[in-house]
Amino acid sequence: MIFLKLIFTNLLRHRIRSLISIAGIAFSVAAMLTIVTILQGAVGMFSGILSSDSEIIVFERNVSDLFFSNVPADAVAEIASWPIVQHADPVLFGIVSSSDHPIITCFGITPSDARLRKATWLTGDSANFAKHSDDVVLGERAAEFLHATLGNFVAIGHGTFHVIGIVKTANGFEDGGVFMPLSSAQSFFHKEGSSSVITIKLHDKKDAAEFKSMVKAKFPTLIGLEDEEFTRSYSQFKILKATAWAVGGCGLLLGGLGVANTMIMSVFTRIREIAILRVSGFSNLQIAGMIFGESALVSVLGAVSGLLIGSAFLFTLKLVPALHGYVDVTIQAVVVLIVIVLALLTGVAGALYPAIYAMRIRAVEALRFE
Amino acid sequence: MTTSIQEESSQTRLVLRATDVWKSYDDGAISVLKGVNFEAIQGQTVALCGPSGCGKSTLLHLLGGLDEPDRGHISVNGVELHRHRSRLHLLRHEIGFVFQMHNLIPDLTLEENCLIPTVAAGVDRQTARARLKLLTDSTGLSHRLHNRIQKLSGGERQRTALCRALMNSPRILLADEPTGSLDEGTSTTVFQLLLDIAATEGVTLVMATHDRALAEQCDRLVEMHDGRIREPESI
Repeated sequence: MIFLKLIFTNLLRHRIRSLISIAGIAFSVAAMLTIVTILQGAVGMFSGILSSDSEIIVFERNVSDLFFSNVPADAVAEIASWPIVQHADPVLFGIVSSSDHPIITCFGITPSDARLRKATWLTGDSANFAKHSDDVVLGERAAEFLHATLGNFVAIGHGTFHVIGIVKTANGFEDGGVFMPLSSAQSFFHKEGSSSVITIKLHDKKDAAEFKSMVKAKFPTLIGLEDEEFTRSYSQFKILKATAWAVGGCGLLLGGLGVANTMIMSVFTRIREIAILRVSGFSNLQIAGMIFGESALVSVLGAVSGLLIGSAFLFTLKLVPALHGYVDVTIQAVVVLIVIVLALLTGVAGALYPAIYAMRIRAVEALRFE
Repeated sequence: MTTSIQEESSQTRLVLRATDVWKSYDDGAISVLKGVNFEAIQGQTVALCGPSGCGKSTLLHLLGGLDEPDRGHISVNGVELHRHRSRLHLLRHEIGFVFQMHNLIPDLTLEENCLIPTVAAGVDRQTARARLKLLTDSTGLSHRLHNRIQKLSGGERQRTALCRALMNSPRILLADEPTGSLDEGTSTTVFQLLLDIAATEGVTLVMATHDRALAEQCDRLVEMHDGRIREPESI
């Protein structure tokens, strides 16, 4: 109890300094939580596009980005004919631009694709999709920023397309995208006879391993991955996640330096007090424990405050209409846990030098200047 | 045979011994102790007198294991200090210190300050509180237990420091100018309390002081001058 009181007392003694340190950790944690959550949300949404009513994705082996993947049409036809496959939907991804929007994601799909089937049709009829080569269906947000309504013709890239429907989806990328018939997309993007991926739904999920083996044996240039495997191994996702953690980590490092500064000042201003604790029988471990205890307390308070600030910020982002569907504010427990552990580790690392300094304080030297 | 038994008896009562102790600072530039020999027996009160800088505090620090001599030997309760199983054990259980400045932690209460050594030594709370009650009763501080240090007078603070030093029932109390920062009246009171408690607890008290009048009330007065002990003078 007295030990804890010593820890609390010292932090309360320099309230402003302690608060600044807590704020440093808090903002670092908030930044890390926000960045990681937003990027993980983005990754999740992109994965969601791929895993719409499917459990396996087939694409070209060893491509750095799915936009560069080419899956031949004959592979699509053959895979679709395998008995264990319920349905196989080829999807061609492309990036197009309009006058005001440099990047619009374009999905070349077949009429039976789950994306359109599961979307809420605000206007138009899904039965009309792909009847004409220049027909497109717009996501709700795409329709907004292209100022398009049903029946309009919109200029996308070098082409002009007829809007035959507007759909609402929960996924920001899809909601801001353009859906066009696969054959039109192949022609538009000069990828005749190929798609970027095939999304596969099996009759029985247990056949996933067998399916992957079949793909490997039959099409050596292609690879089949279950959705979770894909999310884990896709290099773009890895880069995004690593970037998020690195940026967040830098923020936390700055917070850690703040803790280190506070703890150094804390030790320097009470050398005599530490000397007296030594004379009273405190061991090196107990002295270090006190210093680490203080920094841990700062870190925990900072982490908790940071989680609250970060959550509030994410919640606010979700309310911004322009970001609707792009920001997934579902904070993952594992992210929270990692952020707290990192904050604690940062605090402990920040207290390392001060603790070593405190352990080296010789009572006799501190007391000689009485 | 008789002489041998007497010698052995004297040896067992010897709690502090410094033999030809030398100490200097700044790589030998400042020589503080120059071959000091000192002994104290169980329950004895010893006053170290001498001018500032003569080495009184340094000798106390060496006797208490806070510092190491350049040369010579220190033994506590018959055990060479460098062989002592643990200096930590010494500070926790065998030696208590009182300084000129009370050196209490101002943000803590009297009770919390006094309990610090028991926390260090891992004494259970019940035992620690019983001991604290005994000490605060005998020093007249019982009514001040929950007061912060800032609320205490100079004399009360020094009495608190005395209680803290005695919390783990050490057999040796080393006091460095314990009344040096107090007015004359308070100084006499605190000093008398020191002697009383030392007698009650059977503690060996070694005290550095400038005050010759107080020093003369101790069992022994040891004069120090320029890092050496002069002829010991028994009272």
